[in-house]
Amino acid sequence: MKLKLASMVLAGVMAAAPAMADLVFPSLSYRTGPYAVNGIPFADGYADYFTLINARDGGVGGVPIKMIECETGYNTEKGVECYEATKGEGALLYQPLSTGITYQLIPKVSADGIPMHSMGYGRTSAANGKVFEWIFNYPANYWNGASIGINHILDINGGDIAGKSVALVYHNSAYGKEPIRTLEELSKKHGFKLTTIAVDHPGQEQKSQWLQVRREKPDYVLMWGWGVMNPVAIQEAVNIRFPMENFIGIWWSGSENDVIPAGAGANGYKALAFHGVGDDYPLYGDLQKHVVDAGKAAGAGDQLGTVLYNRGLYAAMLAVEATKKAQEIHGVAQITPAMMRDGMEALEITEASMAALGLPNFGPEISVSCESHGGAGYGAVTQWDAEAQKWSLITDYGPSDMDVIGALIAEDSAAYAAENKISERCN
Amino acid sequence: MPDQLLFAMEVTLNGLMAGVLYSLVALGFVLIFKSSGIFNYAQGVFALFAALTLVGIQNGQVPFAHLINSIFGTNIHNFGWHVPSVIAIILTIGVMVLLAFLVERYILRHLVNQPEIILFMATIGLAYFLEGFGDIMWGSDLKKLDVGLPQGISETVETVTDGWFGYGFFIDKLDIVATVIAALLVAGLTLFSQYTKQGRALRAVADDHQAALSVGISLRFIWVLVWSIAGFVALVAGMMWGAKSGVQFSLSLIALKALPVLMLGGFTSIPGAIVGGLIIGVGEKLFEFSIGPMIGGATENWFAYVLALLFLVFRPQGLFGEKIIERV
Repeated sequence: MKLKLASMVLAGVMAAAPAMADLVFPSLSYRTGPYAVNGIPFADGYADYFTLINARDGGVGGVPIKMIECETGYNTEKGVECYEATKGEGALLYQPLSTGITYQLIPKVSADGIPMHSMGYGRTSAANGKVFEWIFNYPANYWNGASIGINHILDINGGDIAGKSVALVYHNSAYGKEPIRTLEELSKKHGFKLTTIAVDHPGQEQKSQWLQVRREKPDYVLMWGWGVMNPVAIQEAVNIRFPMENFIGIWWSGSENDVIPAGAGANGYKALAFHGVGDDYPLYGDLQKHVVDAGKAAGAGDQLGTVLYNRGLYAAMLAVEATKKAQEIHGVAQITPAMMRDGMEALEITEASMAALGLPNFGPEISVSCESHGGAGYGAVTQWDAEAQKWSLITDYGPSDMDVIGALIAEDSAAYAAENKISERCN
Repeated sequence: MPDQLLFAMEVTLNGLMAGVLYSLVALGFVLIFKSSGIFNYAQGVFALFAALTLVGIQNGQVPFAHLINSIFGTNIHNFGWHVPSVIAIILTIGVMVLLAFLVERYILRHLVNQPEIILFMATIGLAYFLEGFGDIMWGSDLKKLDVGLPQGISETVETVTDGWFGYGFFIDKLDIVATVIAALLVAGLTLFSQYTKQGRALRAVADDHQAALSVGISLRFIWVLVWSIAGFVALVAGMMWGAKSGVQFSLSLIALKALPVLMLGGFTSIPGAIVGGLIIGVGEKLFEFSIGPMIGGATENWFAYVLALLFLVFRPQGLFGEKIIERV
């Protein structure tokens, strides 16, 4: 009996232990809790892309991908626990999907020498690779987002917004406050009046804020929201008859979950984006064949083509491409986290490479370097069609104002370097 | 009339309306605490579960579809019918009554005579269980709630106030409906407790458990009854809040808005829940309007809890709560 028991335990341990030949990508997901509705599609997209690469290509460079999913519940403490629990498995890259978790992990991954990619969230000044060796935030960060939003307003006003008024409705957290400094600088540069309106967490009650919008009648409203704050804000904007085409959310305020509750009233609402929308891409044919039809889809398999599913898929695609680059640089298939960093720092995503992957025009072109971990900071604008129930890209991927943002990144990262006694690299 | 005064009047009106929505959540807490001395941590999750069930029934969703499909390799998600709102609401009430029965049968019955903190802990466990159960039963995706509740600015109020003051006030039609429903709910609960046998029994249990037991009132029946009523109140709150944001798991966080109302109005008073909600609603909105812009805004939650704390310091039982006197 004891022998049988010991054999079972041994078999269990062997089954749980990672095969050393795997490329390990932990997925710090949140499928439960108040933010699950947004965490699920991202986690599904992330998982499905890796499943596709394993099923169709046999992994990357012949080495299969092993994704380890760990539930964070969008809770910072649990996110750190997930990191500690999975880093010993040979993790090559972390994508924590939470600004709070990202901030907590920055010193940890830096000490452990494991790359972290906070795509469109996290610490903006991590774009400075000379200071943040292990942190990446390409293709765009919050400050790029603020600038892309203002650029769009400039475009629809013939390049002149002097005297116009812009209100920022934001989640009263470190995340929500991120664009304020950039918007203040852009306000000085372009002469528009900026009003900032904070919303208490979680944002289920926003009557005061939208009464203020109704009183002050800004020409445009930008929104930095998350979770339940988004649909409530859009519904309140509909209630006060704010023109939806003048209401622009950051990419975390631009999923189907944010607009569907407001019904037809949300028609015309805009959101920023750094990747494509919908499922009209050749890659989806492969996903259907190798993942969905094969019964290997993550979760309920009902999220394909949604905004956040595409974001998860895009994050996984960028991880795979960086892995290929790392294998190419070092001439080995089984890479280490340090090699992964090298791959990420040499990542080049062009329109031709995206088309070859079955994702033409799915995102901006990206060029990462030792100095720049943020890429060029390009983004686009999407718009919601309530009748068709779908988002559409209404602009090309355009640049952000790097004159303003570059200076802010240099200032903030220099302060971080001084505080943490970090010597600049890439010299 | 000066603009600022008009704006303050508009904010006050909206604060009153928001207060009614807070009261709807607080009512569920009060009902259970009053009859059994249990602070039901799960009340917010009750609202979520009720709203999930309502939308699920309405849309003909197959409960536990993901689980069924995983086990049997099927691919069923929907019955293919749409249940009218009224029938869906009645069926949901039935589910909440069943839930109340199960709570009494499998939790409360085993915890009779346990300290209140144990009962409170049990409701924390119940909250987490029910949240996960709701997830498995109905899925985590966002659901649009459509039971015909009107939303958007009330043109009548806007036109009338514009005629009076030269400035049209904003009042959300949903808030007006919520106010009417809350009034009907309180009137109904009052009539029920005053004029029905079960209502009188409920009041007797609330006054003195031992005395109520000694005259033959079934404590178990009363618990099922009161948890059922709390489930119904949770359904109403879930419908009102779910209409604003869609039905998603953050709906359970509405409980956070009820706590300062309870602290202020008292845990044992239905009028206290209403008046407390109105005071919190108006207070937080006026504070945000007048002081908020000077200190960065987003003061509402902070102000609500500070106001409640002040009441606690000077009147621990709340405005309408029963004073606890323990003699040695």
